[in-house]
Amino acid sequence: MAGKTLYDKLWDAHLVKQRDDGSALIYIDRHIVHEVTSPQAFEGLRLANRQIWRVDSVLATPDHNVPTTVKERASGVEGIEDPVSKIQVKTLDDNCDSFGITEYKINDRRQGIVHVIGPESGACLPGMTVVCGDSHTATNGALGALAHGIGTSEVEHVLATQCLVAKKMKNMLVKVDGKLGKGITPKDVVLAIIAKIGTAGGNGYAIEFGGQVFRDMSMEGRMTVCNMAIEAGARAGMVAVDETTINYVKDRDFAPSAAHWDAAVKEWQNFVSDDDAVFDSVVELDGSAINPQVSWGTSPEMVVDVSAAVPNPSDEADSVKKAGMERALVYMGLQAGQKITDIHLDRVFIGSCTNSRIEDMRAAAAVVKGRTKAASIKEAIVVPGSGLVKAQAEAEGLDKIFVEAGLEWREPGCSMCLAMNADKLGAGEHCASTSNRNFEGRQGYGGRTHLVSPEMAAAAAIAGHFVDVRQFELEGE
Amino acid sequence: MKAFTKVSGVAAPMDRANVDTDMIIPKQFLKSIKRSGFGKNLFDELRYLDEGMPDQSCEGRPVNTEFPLNLERYQGASILLARENFGCGSSREHAPWALDDYGFRAILAPSYADIFYNNSFKNGLLPVILDEAIIDKLFTEMYAEEGYELTIDLEQQQVITPSGESFAFEVDEFRRHCLLNGLDDIGLTLEDADFIKAYEKKRRAEAPWLFDTIK
Repeated sequence: MAGKTLYDKLWDAHLVKQRDDGSALIYIDRHIVHEVTSPQAFEGLRLANRQIWRVDSVLATPDHNVPTTVKERASGVEGIEDPVSKIQVKTLDDNCDSFGITEYKINDRRQGIVHVIGPESGACLPGMTVVCGDSHTATNGALGALAHGIGTSEVEHVLATQCLVAKKMKNMLVKVDGKLGKGITPKDVVLAIIAKIGTAGGNGYAIEFGGQVFRDMSMEGRMTVCNMAIEAGARAGMVAVDETTINYVKDRDFAPSAAHWDAAVKEWQNFVSDDDAVFDSVVELDGSAINPQVSWGTSPEMVVDVSAAVPNPSDEADSVKKAGMERALVYMGLQAGQKITDIHLDRVFIGSCTNSRIEDMRAAAAVVKGRTKAASIKEAIVVPGSGLVKAQAEAEGLDKIFVEAGLEWREPGCSMCLAMNADKLGAGEHCASTSNRNFEGRQGYGGRTHLVSPEMAAAAAIAGHFVDVRQFELEGE
Repeated sequence: MKAFTKVSGVAAPMDRANVDTDMIIPKQFLKSIKRSGFGKNLFDELRYLDEGMPDQSCEGRPVNTEFPLNLERYQGASILLARENFGCGSSREHAPWALDDYGFRAILAPSYADIFYNNSFKNGLLPVILDEAIIDKLFTEMYAEEGYELTIDLEQQQVITPSGESFAFEVDEFRRHCLLNGLDDIGLTLEDADFIKAYEKKRRAEAPWLFDTIK
């Protein structure tokens, strides 16, 4: 019999009941909750007079709506100027208080973006099943966990039953071997993967990211990659457990105590694909051939190398794809054949659940250190992913580097990734953004997003346009 | 959840691939703590020519007269004809809530994003998968005939065109059963509470670090 994949093992370890109709009950170890996708779930529980099955499995924090300026954050939830946002954050507080759920409230130093605080606190661990009412939950798959986003009905279902009704997904291996070149980041790797397989390429699959590039990658880098599995269509992305994983988890707030540590590590070491495991689909990329990536269009698969030009729809044979490209060019205000480095930029956003961890902050700071933001960039904001990331960055003096270079240093939250708070693009503005989606209107009505790595965003803030960060560093040295 | 057995209605087009959930219901409307009222802002950025705000009346907003749902011939549509990878992007259930609130009962497309597909079933909205060639044919017929009506029979798993031609579709037995009977998922799962408790007891013994850490 063929061996098992990492996903097979995670599935088997959480199978509560296989039903005759092909569906299964899967046990959920950890449930992270935020303010946007939970109010209707709590309301549903109340209406049906249901209890929470296991309150110690739930951790909550507000992130999508929270303001990121020091001024608006100063008086906590009461200080949120947008009355609709304020009600939503307050509703989360009230629901957590009344159901007894642990919540890192708006100005708790452990507050942050759900997918940053999960691994950071040790609430999410290797071998777990993790869900959250947010599609970027796959971030936690970097730990060797089965983690994916769910809708509000499923949030309610997990709160009430500790289980999900699920059907097993297919297995896909995305294998990237070789060694990444200097200045090439996990973000470039995942954008290159999405460009290759397309935004629907992973539909119906759980993706395991394997190969030398991921073995060499830090945990935070793996989180960036798994985070964007959904942009390749896959609900779940994951990386096998290794020494890097175990070292990352050790001593975190909710990591196993000394008494359980050895047993936990022993169990976690099993969460790797067997050598003879069979995948339904295998995609291979050469890591050494990946260049800095920039998205030009309105779908995360519309990505090219920084040295390239905006593609021409007339070169596309598929009529539906071609129409999509033409529409994207109109929305983005770009011409086919225009060089990526010639796109005029208005704003820079460094943050989001994709790229707001301490390594991202360090990487961006290293690029802007001793330099000055281009005058043509109206605003460049750096938004750390959590209060703890912020504190660490400040302890290292990164905040001062950003501010001296003319960038703004903000309070933690989702911010301009999806513009549910006051941080947004104006109509027609182009933004170099470290976030995960370049959909129409995503970062603000009429806003034009270009997805890049933190290094590339930082370099763009200084140059005023996209530059190959590899050359940029050489010029400055 | 409302049951879905057989629905007949006017079909309307959403003729582009990769329609994302930000397009279906833009983020500013996600600030609502309610489950209803999203229909007036379905496809807001395509339907209107200005930026929509939560709690704003849509009466008097400038309308994009070229957008299909604003055309007279598609008024009252309850079936949406769509393209590949419909509903990609975020997990927001506000997307099926908005489609349902607008009046859609079913979507026909060659493929869907996984989370959207899942969320739709929880809200009595049937996402039907048909081959791309069949979808192409339905688009062509719909554009050619004003008032083009389709019938979707979940019991028989058939889509029936005005000429009487029918196309079979597949759907998971569990989802079909829940939708046909309007069953509450949570109630069904709780019937298996003993299985859940037994699993938990075993895991508490094997992996105690998974329990009682957050409190």
